[in-house]
Amino acid sequence: MSLDSATVRRIAKLARIRVTEPEIVTLQSELNAILGYVEQLNEVDVEGVEPLSGGAQMAMRLREDTVTDGDMAEQILANAPDRIGPYFGVPKVVE
Amino acid sequence: MSLTDLTIAQAAAALAARQISAHELASAHNAAIAALNPRLNAFITPTPEVALAHAEAADARLKDSTATPLTGIPLAIKDLFCTAGVRTTAASRILEPFIPPYESTVTANLLAAGAVFLGKANLDEFAMGSSNITSGYGPVENPWKRAGSDAKLVPGGSSGGSAAAVAARLALGATGTDTGGSIRQPAAFTGLAGIKPTYGRCSRYGVVAFASSLDQAGPMARTVEDAAILLAAMSGFDPRDSTSAERPVPDFRAATHRPIKGLRIGIPAEYRMDGMSPEIAALWETGITWLREQGAQIHDISLPHTKYGLPVYYIVAPAEASSNLARYDGVRYGARVDGEDLIDMYERTRAAGFGAEVKRRIMIGTYVLSAGYYDAYYLRAQKIRALILRDFTQAFAKVDAILTPTAPSAAFGLGEKMDDPVTMYLNDVFTVPASLAGVPAMSVPAGLNAEGLPLGLQIIGKHFDEETVFSVAAAIERAASFTAKPIVRAA
Repeated sequence: MSLDSATVRRIAKLARIRVTEPEIVTLQSELNAILGYVEQLNEVDVEGVEPLSGGAQMAMRLREDTVTDGDMAEQILANAPDRIGPYFGVPKVVE
Repeated sequence: MSLTDLTIAQAAAALAARQISAHELASAHNAAIAALNPRLNAFITPTPEVALAHAEAADARLKDSTATPLTGIPLAIKDLFCTAGVRTTAASRILEPFIPPYESTVTANLLAAGAVFLGKANLDEFAMGSSNITSGYGPVENPWKRAGSDAKLVPGGSSGGSAAAVAARLALGATGTDTGGSIRQPAAFTGLAGIKPTYGRCSRYGVVAFASSLDQAGPMARTVEDAAILLAAMSGFDPRDSTSAERPVPDFRAATHRPIKGLRIGIPAEYRMDGMSPEIAALWETGITWLREQGAQIHDISLPHTKYGLPVYYIVAPAEASSNLARYDGVRYGARVDGEDLIDMYERTRAAGFGAEVKRRIMIGTYVLSAGYYDAYYLRAQKIRALILRDFTQAFAKVDAILTPTAPSAAFGLGEKMDDPVTMYLNDVFTVPASLAGVPAMSVPAGLNAEGLPLGLQIIGKHFDEETVFSVAAAIERAASFTAKPIVRAA
């Protein structure tokens, strides 16, 4: 399977990364090289195999559903590129 | 002996005996960093004042006998661990302004043990790379040189700054992280001992996430015993990481002194790849002989799905990365580039903030998770990951540990292997399977190649059996008596 430039543009859009036309050309060949490399996985018989999602050899742990921290708005906002009072600032979304 | 040339065990003994102070030890390392970091670029952010403050606290503890084996020991911290009040970049421009308000659990554990932090070590951007060339803050130079050549070599990656710092005697030890080989491969390239413990042994809380089902923290040091001392302090259950293992931390240091007589060591046929360099093959044979001479039984084993490890990794890791890195949107932290509207702001921020390798991996991950392709790529990769784990489980029914080379070559030159991404990915061919299975694996320096560059052997163990890994690694270390030092190092 080979990605065309329209697909590369669509992936970039989904990934929210702005790409220029020359970048699309490079990315197209690089992504196709990677996809070509992983193609060999198709030769493995995976019939009846349960997928393995994680590295942990254990059941997921549960904890009490209680508040364990909070009241740290200033710390959370300290790294914000833009803030409006106690809120994160973003460009206007609704006209 | 120079203060920067001590092992952690030696320095701890000298500190305990009050022959040296933590202040003297920190000052010597600060001076070494000031002298050599401009050349090696091992640290993105040296923190000499932090080091002196930590050393002062350590000296107080050494007086009132609350010291641990790490009290006063100067370390490099990979700049992927959040450190409260100290900039943490993940070697990405998108995190250039980020100052974490909290401390990662691993670094908090080290601070509680009294360690001294010298600074934040360089790495591949978001730990994505095998040569440290993808750092947004410039590449790291390997302190080792080929005999008779001044050509700059890479230190490996992604924990390349950590590796270069410890090898060049700018730190006594370092933290690293390993997702597909990022501790073991740079350890091999710089003549160090480095272990990726079992998935779940070290908390991931506060470690900038790359591929969450694979990421594990671990130590890098100049001896196997030093790595054991560090890992003991870094490990332990943490309720803030849902995959943290609720298990006691064994005495890793004691394990390094345990004989290996009677241990069953597996040699996997599938790691004898076509085109393996004769030097690497010969070193592997030598390692087998060393273990046999110390009483281990050698068994031929098979890990049939080995060759699929890398392609599985290059689906699973980018998929998880594309999801993890969605958080860098220019809103809550990090750098922002303004745009015409919200989406345009996201796209410009991420285009400017991420480097080429990170963009590639995010895009591959986005694609393999996208509607219509999920089953063909991601689900299939997860199934083959299960087969890779099954290979190890079956092998470990017959053997106690597995011996392989760490990497297919010695350190290569800056600018080599850059033709296409897949060539670079092949560096991780021997390290990725253990990451996918979640088992512990360690690289130990075993010799030099014909050009005078260090080569490593890898020991892979059972889940949560780092002790056997340390015993076997120490046996290799004893037999190899590796005493070579890099050309570029602190005086």
